[in-house]
Amino acid sequence: MSENTSRRPDRAALLIALGLVVIGAVIAWSTYNAGGPRGYSPVGPKTVPFVIASVLVILGIFTAIAGMRGDFPEREHHDPKPILWILGGLVIQMLSMKTVGFSIATGLLFALVAKGFGRGPLWMTIPIGIVFSFVIWFIFAKGLQLSLPAGPLERLI
Amino acid sequence: MDTFALLGQGLVTAFELQNLLYALIGVTLGTAVGVLPGIGPALTVALLLPVTYKLDPAGSLIMFAGIYYGGMYGGSTTSILLNTPGESASIVTALEGNKMARKGRGGPALATAAIGSFVAGLLATLGLAFIAPSVVSFALSFGPAEYFALMLLAFMTVSAAFGDSTLRGLTSLFLGLALGLIGIDQLTGQARLVFGLPNLFDGISVTTLAVALFAIGETLAVAASHQTGDEKVEAVKGSVWMNREDWRRSWMPWLRGTAIGFPIGAMPAGGADVSSFLSYSAERNFSKHPEEFGHGAIEGVAGPEAANNASAAGTLVPLLTLGLPTTATAAIMLAGFQQFGLQPGPLLFATNAPLVWGLIASLLVANFMLLVLNLPLIGLWVKLLTIPRPWLYAGILVFATLGTIGADASTTYLGGIPVAFGLGLLMLFGLLGYGLRRFGYPIAPVVVGLILGPMAEKSLRQALQISQGNPSALFHSWIAIVLWVLAFTALLLPLYLRMRGRGKVLSQFGTDED
Repeated sequence: MSENTSRRPDRAALLIALGLVVIGAVIAWSTYNAGGPRGYSPVGPKTVPFVIASVLVILGIFTAIAGMRGDFPEREHHDPKPILWILGGLVIQMLSMKTVGFSIATGLLFALVAKGFGRGPLWMTIPIGIVFSFVIWFIFAKGLQLSLPAGPLERLI
Repeated sequence: MDTFALLGQGLVTAFELQNLLYALIGVTLGTAVGVLPGIGPALTVALLLPVTYKLDPAGSLIMFAGIYYGGMYGGSTTSILLNTPGESASIVTALEGNKMARKGRGGPALATAAIGSFVAGLLATLGLAFIAPSVVSFALSFGPAEYFALMLLAFMTVSAAFGDSTLRGLTSLFLGLALGLIGIDQLTGQARLVFGLPNLFDGISVTTLAVALFAIGETLAVAASHQTGDEKVEAVKGSVWMNREDWRRSWMPWLRGTAIGFPIGAMPAGGADVSSFLSYSAERNFSKHPEEFGHGAIEGVAGPEAANNASAAGTLVPLLTLGLPTTATAAIMLAGFQQFGLQPGPLLFATNAPLVWGLIASLLVANFMLLVLNLPLIGLWVKLLTIPRPWLYAGILVFATLGTIGADASTTYLGGIPVAFGLGLLMLFGLLGYGLRRFGYPIAPVVVGLILGPMAEKSLRQALQISQGNPSALFHSWIAIVLWVLAFTALLLPLYLRMRGRGKVLSQFGTDED
């Protein structure tokens, strides 16, 4: 909060405020509609969710006030491109894990994260990632009996 | 039985060959991962939790204790040899330690950090052993009302007391509490906030949340800000051994650091950072060479490092005796206990004494191992610092997803495609972690809120059920009233200080990690 912080509304802070109010509303709505046994205990399974939902809404209002007053800390410039590479890697891994197995899915993640940090090319990093992930899979699935999804590659041994 | 007998029994457990091996693996892995830049103790513990899944409870907890202490040691190496500004957990050590390393005194800096951590860890672990039984006998008189008040106090100290904004601290806490609601209600068996997804019945796992917030969130933040690692790793020149002068200037800071760190960790008063900052300013006041501070004063490494470790051992006091995690690291340790159906707290000392004392004794053993492991092998750990960032973060993400998929292998179907559900949560919380970092929200309260929230709710509802809904039952004893007053003080006093423009001191103590 340095001297030159402008007093104009911080749009990101207002979005956060909105998000908090929405989360509070979703919790309250879901709790209200949950049905279930009622009234056999003074403080039932619905009391605390309602309290937390209300507090989140109140915090949202205060966040909005702080945003209007420009009370949020300054932020450095962030480049969205690396974030998209990494998220892309996570999405691909999540969608392919159960079909192609741990090594291939995680190898793709490895390569895309490295790409997000500016390291490529993918034709080289993907094989490196798959070999690395396969070694990890072998240690954890065979050595430590962790249950990790197996695909065509893992079934070879 | 008195403490000595119990501790002796614990040592017998700890010295079984198998357990020694587990401790050795734990400290080695903990140091190796903790040394990596950008990985603090909380993430070290969360990433390595899956390694212990398939062991027996005693072995797993012993390995875990080693990982915890190893992560602490590893972190100090990073901050001395690599000036990593982003990581608040070791800013103080970096302040003087990195300056020493630049002057070619990296060896003695590492040595005083390691020996100081050893001294502090030893004294604090003994302190833990001697304090624990009396806290346990005190805690046995606690009913649900007292537990609820105690957790309220922990909530306030973790979220509102330190950091630079009460609003953002409380927001983080309540996000964690909201996540804690998801799943089957413990008292009635009713499903809450599951949105029709059977995968959510078991609730959100602490490990998944912690790994996502710390590992994925950090990776996204580092990648987006293009910190691609131009920091220079200082080479360790000359001897790692300290000369007479170094010893003479180090031993008092070690002891003072321990004396500052242990009580702060043992009280539900938040992170290890508070103690290392306090120790740093204490050393600056006590030093005969105040002019050296800021240019590589050995006292400025010795004191805070000892305080850091003493406070880490101190947080085990509320964790083991009350079941109360006061840091993100402790929350993950609690999850480590819970995976075996063990609930830390006064009852664990009664029902599973050998396990608890074996764990405490293993901490002593791990401490010795770390001293041996760290000083001569320092060159090996330094090599880990030179891993290029793209490979480092790619590797961190591989391990982060490995732990998640190993803990939650459940599948859900998205338009006919089988999807790894845990990985979906991991990504979602990773984005949350990035957002929290970007907008200056603290992370530890989210993790602590997730794990303590359901416990606090249970205590509250039990207390009110006993009194048939009469809320005065919450204040029925002096202990409960005192805890309520402390909780309100922890909430309101910092608010008042910040309004009076004294908030700078508090934000210095704010913590991102552990």
